[in-house]
Amino acid sequence: MIEARNLWKHYGDNVVLERVSLKVQEGEFVTLVGTSGCGKSTFLKMLLGTETPSRGALLLDDQPMRDEPDADRGIVFQQYAVFPHMSVLDNVIAARAFHNPGVTGYLFGQRHRLATTEAKNMLERVGLSQALHQYPHELSGGMRQRLAIAQALINKPRILLLDEPFGALDPGIRTDMHALMRDLWNQYKPTVFMVTHDLREGFYLGTRLLVFDKLRQDPHAPQAYGAGITYDLPVGQPGSIESTLPPALQLKSLPQTLPAVAFS
Amino acid sequence: MKRLINLKPASPWHLLLAVLPFALLLVLYLLGSDARLEANPADKLLPSFAQMGDAMERLALEPSKRSGELLFWADTASSLTRLGSGVAIAAMIGLVLGLLTGALPLVKAPLAPLLTVVSLVPPLALLPILFIVFGLGELSKVVLIAIGITPFIARDIQRSTMEIPQEQLVKAQTLGASTPQILLRVLLPQLMPRLIDAVRLSLGAGWLFLIAAEAIAATDGLGYRIFLVRRYMAMDVILPYVAWITLLAFVFDSTLARLNRRLFPWHAQGGR
Repeated sequence: MIEARNLWKHYGDNVVLERVSLKVQEGEFVTLVGTSGCGKSTFLKMLLGTETPSRGALLLDDQPMRDEPDADRGIVFQQYAVFPHMSVLDNVIAARAFHNPGVTGYLFGQRHRLATTEAKNMLERVGLSQALHQYPHELSGGMRQRLAIAQALINKPRILLLDEPFGALDPGIRTDMHALMRDLWNQYKPTVFMVTHDLREGFYLGTRLLVFDKLRQDPHAPQAYGAGITYDLPVGQPGSIESTLPPALQLKSLPQTLPAVAFS
Repeated sequence: MKRLINLKPASPWHLLLAVLPFALLLVLYLLGSDARLEANPADKLLPSFAQMGDAMERLALEPSKRSGELLFWADTASSLTRLGSGVAIAAMIGLVLGLLTGALPLVKAPLAPLLTVVSLVPPLALLPILFIVFGLGELSKVVLIAIGITPFIARDIQRSTMEIPQEQLVKAQTLGASTPQILLRVLLPQLMPRLIDAVRLSLGAGWLFLIAAEAIAATDGLGYRIFLVRRYMAMDVILPYVAWITLLAFVFDSTLARLNRRLFPWHAQGGR
């Protein structure tokens, strides 16, 4: 179980997050939405271990989480998500190699053969068995994200963090990726946290939707107050939740995406 | 009429425009040389190509009377040995220094300011010290080249290391990688093509230090030879030697560029 206890994050006077308290059970699929700069990415980075809370605690099974990334928590970024100098197959084999103790990060002999088989199976599951020996720059954006997901899942992390993983993809490809993500989640049952700008994605893909927004506003000092979780909704049953929402959050009144962040 | 910045030479013109300056220089030289030799057949300043050919034949094909060596090839061999060892040492030290300072903040804190200051010391000003410490032999010349270009390579590799997206390092950590594993499997392979680029850029400086060191204290080498024959105003030797050095530099540069594309296709493609 993952628990946030009265979590705050501020940089100097700039409060990004305040009073975030949350309990997430093993195996939930949590989607995080909100406007740009609302702190949802900061929250994800704290879960990842690259940012530390200014106040409060982040607990995994009642133990404080390590303040650096580790093998408990897999991550898929929007870009730069794979190693450009390794072929598709090597990217996944390397993920297995990193899981082993050892100085070089290379596997040899029996262990290399085993890792190769595992990697091939994983890549077949995400639909990349035709591209084993290609380099990431030869892949399309969608295939590259498939690879990143395969890499993140092969060591079976307990928590899978997704930072706008499909934000740079075409809508059609995004739909394929949603189906893949659902399948993999059903199969491996990691606890998933996904940041997204796409509200449909947030509603459709997860089992629980968190909306991040400012709880209070000071128009003269916009940085004085941070964001918190304004809505915490069970989702995933189409049609059931939507009608209970305030009009501003209802799906039909929403643009498909919030102001998109620039990506290159 | 389009704006000047939008005008491009059409493709057949492109090659012609590239060759034209070379042809022009050649013609100018031939005219000047002919005119001077017409007025004074003993003129040494602008020798004809026949005179240069004779001089090079003497140096490249006839054993020297004093040592029995083919001087031109002996000069080339010793210069390239010095340059090669200097550059190889600089590349290795630069790679290790750059990788460690770029990847490990604890190493960067004490070393990066030192590296910056050392890179500002003019290497040629250190040459007398090197001669005093290492003597006049091969070692001081190799050390000069190494000292001259190591800081450049180290800083370039350090910058390249820090430019590798942070996401990759985080990713590797979430896969369970340790620090040495990240250095060896994520960073080092991605630095190799950048090291080759850094070596290409530093070869020019390498030649400079080589020729300077040879001019001051050597008994053979390309730089030694051109400074030696300067006393006799032997332009018929100097000009072909300069052309030969330029050709060697060009061949090294293009070979390294080709090697880079061949070995690291993902780098040339701006791998993501």
